[in-house]
Amino acid sequence: MGRIQDTARSVAGWLDERLQLSRLYAATAGHTIPSSAASWWYVLGSGTLVCFVLQIVTGIGLALVYVPSPNEAYQSLEYLNYTQAFGWFLRALHDWGSNFMLALITLHMLQVFLFGAYKYPRELTWVVGCVLFLCTLGMAFSGQVLRFDQDAYWGLQIGISIMARIPVVGDALVHLVQGGPIVGSETLSRFFTLHVFVIPGLLIALIAVHLRLVLTRGINEYPVSGQGVDPDHYQEDYEALLKETGIRFFPDGADKDVIFSAFVIAAIVFCAAVFGPSGPNGPADPTLIHTAPRPDFYFLSLFAVFALLPPYLESFVIVYILPLAVILLFSVPFLSNQGEKHPSQRPGAVILTLLGMTTLVALAWLGVQSPWSPQMDAWSGEPVQVEFVKGRTPLELVGASVLQQKQCRNCHSIGGRGGKRGPDLTDVATRLTSDQLVRQVLQGGGNMPAYGKHLSPPEVSAIVAFLRTLHPPNEPAARNPARSAAALR
Amino acid sequence: MSDHEHPPLPPAVAPVTRRGLLFRVGLGLNVVAASFVGIPLLGYVSSALFGRKAQQAWISLGELQQFPRGQTRLATYRNPFTTPWDGSVADIPCWVRHTSDGAFQVFAINCAHLGCPVRWFPQSGLFMCPCHGGVYYEDGSVASGPPPRGLYEYAYRLRDGHLEVRGGQTPNLVEPV
Repeated sequence: MGRIQDTARSVAGWLDERLQLSRLYAATAGHTIPSSAASWWYVLGSGTLVCFVLQIVTGIGLALVYVPSPNEAYQSLEYLNYTQAFGWFLRALHDWGSNFMLALITLHMLQVFLFGAYKYPRELTWVVGCVLFLCTLGMAFSGQVLRFDQDAYWGLQIGISIMARIPVVGDALVHLVQGGPIVGSETLSRFFTLHVFVIPGLLIALIAVHLRLVLTRGINEYPVSGQGVDPDHYQEDYEALLKETGIRFFPDGADKDVIFSAFVIAAIVFCAAVFGPSGPNGPADPTLIHTAPRPDFYFLSLFAVFALLPPYLESFVIVYILPLAVILLFSVPFLSNQGEKHPSQRPGAVILTLLGMTTLVALAWLGVQSPWSPQMDAWSGEPVQVEFVKGRTPLELVGASVLQQKQCRNCHSIGGRGGKRGPDLTDVATRLTSDQLVRQVLQGGGNMPAYGKHLSPPEVSAIVAFLRTLHPPNEPAARNPARSAAALR
Repeated sequence: MSDHEHPPLPPAVAPVTRRGLLFRVGLGLNVVAASFVGIPLLGYVSSALFGRKAQQAWISLGELQQFPRGQTRLATYRNPFTTPWDGSVADIPCWVRHTSDGAFQVFAINCAHLGCPVRWFPQSGLFMCPCHGGVYYEDGSVASGPPPRGLYEYAYRLRDGHLEVRGGQTPNLVEPV
């Protein structure tokens, strides 16, 4: 027994003398960190890295089967889902892995921002981290494109239409991304190349730089209220802190990271097993026009912004505001480089984070609801409810049927059912008089098309008669006082 | 070291050693070699930008009888500029309006806002977009919603009883059809 141990030790010693692994360990995983940094708040970065490794492993697995050609991509995904052993599970792991990676990298950035960890001397770590974040978004979008279904196809069309609005270079960009005159084989191959070679290569290289910076400048100490950063003696303070409370990162300071990474993997496996992979939802066939494309969740807020902006602001936002937001993100450490790190001493940063996240989540929620989209099948699928036609005259009933047939319900709901693009008509009679209703129907306006050419005078009378009945029982319909006076005379 | 004692300055021009010269010649050779690889590579990647041929052709949408007067119908054509592995993505739909006075209007399927597919509703005479609620009248002009312009319209001609349109690329605000 002892002899075997001795032999193993001498082999290990021989190897270490050649490979210098113990020296490598001391300079990397075994480097010293302040014990305060071994906190539950500091596990998000390593959690993101774990996701990335999982994405590489599952991605290689998927690439064994996936075919990046418009003619076969969809079929190869169906094959993965239903024929290939564990194909569905690998797809689900990759899908949920990407969701978790995006969530964790966002949380990691928020934590770094709130803890002031980007301040001197870690500015470059933040900048590289921002590029990593953008690359991760790029991976998410290109990955969604590879799931070459209807959402992917029309998502690409939307992305390309956004690009086309960039002045001067827009046209060139469109052709560079599209690779041909239409979204087709060259487009898919380009996104495959980006998703599998270019961006992952960039990510690996930049993660190396990011970690190198953590080693050279040290991990941020847990912020202490009242102890700000002073570039003049920060380095000495940090070294003193290391001398006083320093522990090896691996294994001593990595206890929580290790536990967290196991939880992350378990959570991804759980979601993958329970919820499965997403899609593919319908083949990417442009002739199937009965589709309502929605982006994946991380682009829902952007999707909402484009729907809610007044049209004259859209191109301005694409060309100026979006790049400006990215530049602002990159310049955070140069705008505030020293001083307090603890969030309790930086109310501005906390409010900014809360406001920013509330805005993003609210916009994403609106994106899920998308009240600005007409409900394309409401006219045929959402009949006027019984309580709105009960006891109505024949003319009013014809009006209800005209309202239905002319697709009014695609944009207008009654009793909460139907499109939300235009105002709800449940009590429209309390707001508009007969004359106003006629005018609104014939001439449109206020974001409503004019129906004058497509309604005969009897149809207009019928529809207005019906709309006049839409008011609560205890609240009369609006009247034009001038008209009633004329009638009395 | 006292204040008035300076370290000897390096000579203004470093003497050229044989190794140094060889190294520089080697660097130069590598630049030449790299350009042999790099220039074709750049040309390869940027061919979508500069080597672009005119991507327009006359495409038949079918016989005239398919488009009755006073109606707007969906037509599909095979994009003439494709690869064999393009599959169904090269089947491009468009809306053909045959007006009651005999003229034609052929609209691209893509909404002028962000490119989603618009749908025709003959009952109300409107095109509606499912993405952000752009709405167009039957003649393609904007009725409501965010589109900055009307529907993209193809040039058309009638040949041998067929309706033909001039197309080949997805329209956008920079290159409308």
